[in-house]
Amino acid sequence: MEKEYKRMLRKFFRNPSGVFGLALLFFFIFVAIFAPVIAPPQPSNKYEPYMMPIVTWSPDPQPPSKEHPFGVSERRDIFYGVVWGTRTAFRIGLIVTGVSTLIGLFIGSISAYYGGWIDEILMRITDIFLSIPFLIAAIVLTTLLGTGLDKVMIAMIVFGWMGTARLIRGNILQAKEEQYVLAAKAIGVSTPGIIVKHLLPNTIFPVLIQASMRMGSLVITAAILSFLGLGAPQGYSDWGAILNYARNWMLGAHGEALKYWYTIVFPGTAMVLFVLAWNLIGDTLRDIFDPRLRI
Amino acid sequence: MTAYIIRRLLLLPLVLFGITLIVFGLFQMLGPDKLLSAYINPNLAEKLSPEEMERFKDKYGLNDPLIVRYGKWISSVLRGDLGWSLVGKEPVASAMAKRIPFTVELALYALVPVVGVGIWLGVAAAVRHNSPVDHFIRIFAIVGWSFPDFVFGLFVLMIFYSVLGWFPPGNMSLWAEEIFKSSAFKHITGLPSIDALLNGQFGVFLDCLRHLVGPILTISWLWWAYLLRITRSSMLEVLRKDYVRTARAKGLDERTVINKHARRNAMIPVTTVAGAMIIGLLSGTVIVEAVFNRTGIGSFVATAATQLDYASVMGGVLFYSTILVLGNLIIDILYAIIDPRIRLT
Repeated sequence: MEKEYKRMLRKFFRNPSGVFGLALLFFFIFVAIFAPVIAPPQPSNKYEPYMMPIVTWSPDPQPPSKEHPFGVSERRDIFYGVVWGTRTAFRIGLIVTGVSTLIGLFIGSISAYYGGWIDEILMRITDIFLSIPFLIAAIVLTTLLGTGLDKVMIAMIVFGWMGTARLIRGNILQAKEEQYVLAAKAIGVSTPGIIVKHLLPNTIFPVLIQASMRMGSLVITAAILSFLGLGAPQGYSDWGAILNYARNWMLGAHGEALKYWYTIVFPGTAMVLFVLAWNLIGDTLRDIFDPRLRI
Repeated sequence: MTAYIIRRLLLLPLVLFGITLIVFGLFQMLGPDKLLSAYINPNLAEKLSPEEMERFKDKYGLNDPLIVRYGKWISSVLRGDLGWSLVGKEPVASAMAKRIPFTVELALYALVPVVGVGIWLGVAAAVRHNSPVDHFIRIFAIVGWSFPDFVFGLFVLMIFYSVLGWFPPGNMSLWAEEIFKSSAFKHITGLPSIDALLNGQFGVFLDCLRHLVGPILTISWLWWAYLLRITRSSMLEVLRKDYVRTARAKGLDERTVINKHARRNAMIPVTTVAGAMIIGLLSGTVIVEAVFNRTGIGSFVATAATQLDYASVMGGVLFYSTILVLGNLIIDILYAIIDPRIRLT
C-alpha cells in the first residue's frame, strides 16, 4: 500500500498539467490563508472582514490605481473582494463537496451492501433527485430557504450527493464478493466495520477523484446563484457577487466599449484559475488511476 | 427489446410522481402564509385582517392535511392549472406557454453546433494524436471546461455587442417584435424564427438569428470542451482496435477508415453523455437567458426565484424535470437500439 502511494505520487509529479494545477491550488491556499495580510481589513471593518469596504461615494466604477490595484466596482474595492473571495470559494467548495460526498458514501454503501428492497428504494430516490436539473434544483431550494450563501450551500448539498452514491454503489457491488470481504464476514466483523474498514478504503479512490473534479463546478454553481442575486448579500466578498455588479457596466460607456473591463476581468480570471486548478488535479489523478480514460 | 422499453415506460409515471412529491414537499416548507401568495396578491394580503387571512387559507384549502392538499394540487396541475404568476401577471401556464418557444428554439439551434463541432474537434485531435493540433485542442478542452458559462457570456456580450455591435442581447429587435406581435403574423410552429420564415418575413428571421448567435456561442463553448474530450478518448481507443488495422491493411484510404470504420464505433460512448447534455443545455438556457436578457422559461424561473414568485418557480421546475425525464428515456431507448449489448443489463 505504502509503495503504491509513492508510485502514484511520482506519476503525479511527472505530469506537467498536474503539477501546474497543484501550484495554482497552493497559490490560492496561500492567498486564502494570508488574506488579512494581503488585503488588510480597515479598522472599522475588523469584525466582519468578509464585507468589501466602501472606498468611494461615486457610483461609477474606477479604473485600477495604486490604492485599488483591481479598480473599484459599485463603490467597493475589487482587489479586496477577490482576495477574500478566495476564502469564500474554498469554504463553499470544501463544505459542499465534503458533506455531499459523505451523504453519497453513506447512501451508496448501504444500498450496495444490503441490496434487495433497500437498494431498490434508495436507488429510485436517487433517480428522482437526479431528475431535477441541478442548477434548477439549487435555485428552487435557495429561494425556499431564503437567499444567502449558507442557503446556497445547503441547496447544493441536498441535490449534490447522487453522483457519489451511484459511483460508490457500483464499486462496492464489485468488491463485495472479494475474498477479503468474505473473510472479514467469516471472522465476525460487524457490518459497519466491514463497510468502513474494508470496503470503503478499497473503493474510495474514484470518489476522491470525482470530488476534486466537482470542487470547481460547485464553485461555479454557487457563483451563478450569486450572479442571479440569490447568493451572497450585497458587499460580501464573493467572486460571483462581484461579477453581478459588473452587469450594469459591462456594456461600457458611450464610445468606450471596454471602459469598465476590470469589473469583469479580475474576478472572472480568479474564478477560471480556481476551477482550472481543481480540474487539472482531478484530471491527472484520473489519468493515474485509469490510464484508459487518458485524454 | 420491447420488454426493456415497456419496463422503462412503466417506470416513467413512477418517476414523474416522485418529482411531484419532492416539488410539493419542498414548497410545503414555506408554511401557509407564504403559500397564500400563489392565490392572492401579496399587497392585498398585507391589508387583510388575521381572520380574513384564515378565511382565505380555508378557501384555498391551505389548512387541510398534507395528503388532501397534494391531491388537490396534483389534480389542478393535471388540468393545466399551475396557479397565478406574479412575474408574468397572468396564470403560470399561459406565462410559460409564451416563453417556452424561445427557450426551445435556443436549445434546438444550439444542439447543431454543439454536437457537430464538438465531435469534429474530438476526431481531429484523436487522428492527429500527440501533434501540436492535438495539444492545442486538449488545452482548449480543459480551459474551456473551467470557464464558467456566465463569465464567458459576459465576455461575448462585451466583445460582440459593445465593441463590434454585431450581436445584440434580447430576443429580437423592437421593429421585429412589432411584426411578430401583429395580428397579421401567423403563429404556426410556435418557434419564432421558423414562423417568421413561414410568414415570409425574412428580415424578422435574420433578426432572430442575430440575437441567437451570442447565446448559442456561450452554450456551445462549454459543451465543445466536454464532447470533444469524450469523442477524443473514445476515438483513440477505437483506432487501436484490430478491425481498424484490418481496414488499413486491406488498403482502404485513411478517410474511409476514419469516417466509416472508426468514427461510427467511437460514437457509442458519446451517446451515453447525451443525457448529461440535455441537462446541460436546459440549465445552460437559464444562465444564458439571464446574461443575454432574453425572455424564456429559464429567465422566467430565475426572475421568479428572486421575486419569491413561488407558483412560477414550481411550474418551472415541473417543466424542466419533465423534459429531463422524457429526454433521458428517449436516449436510453435509442441507446439500446444502437448498442444491443445494453439490453442485457
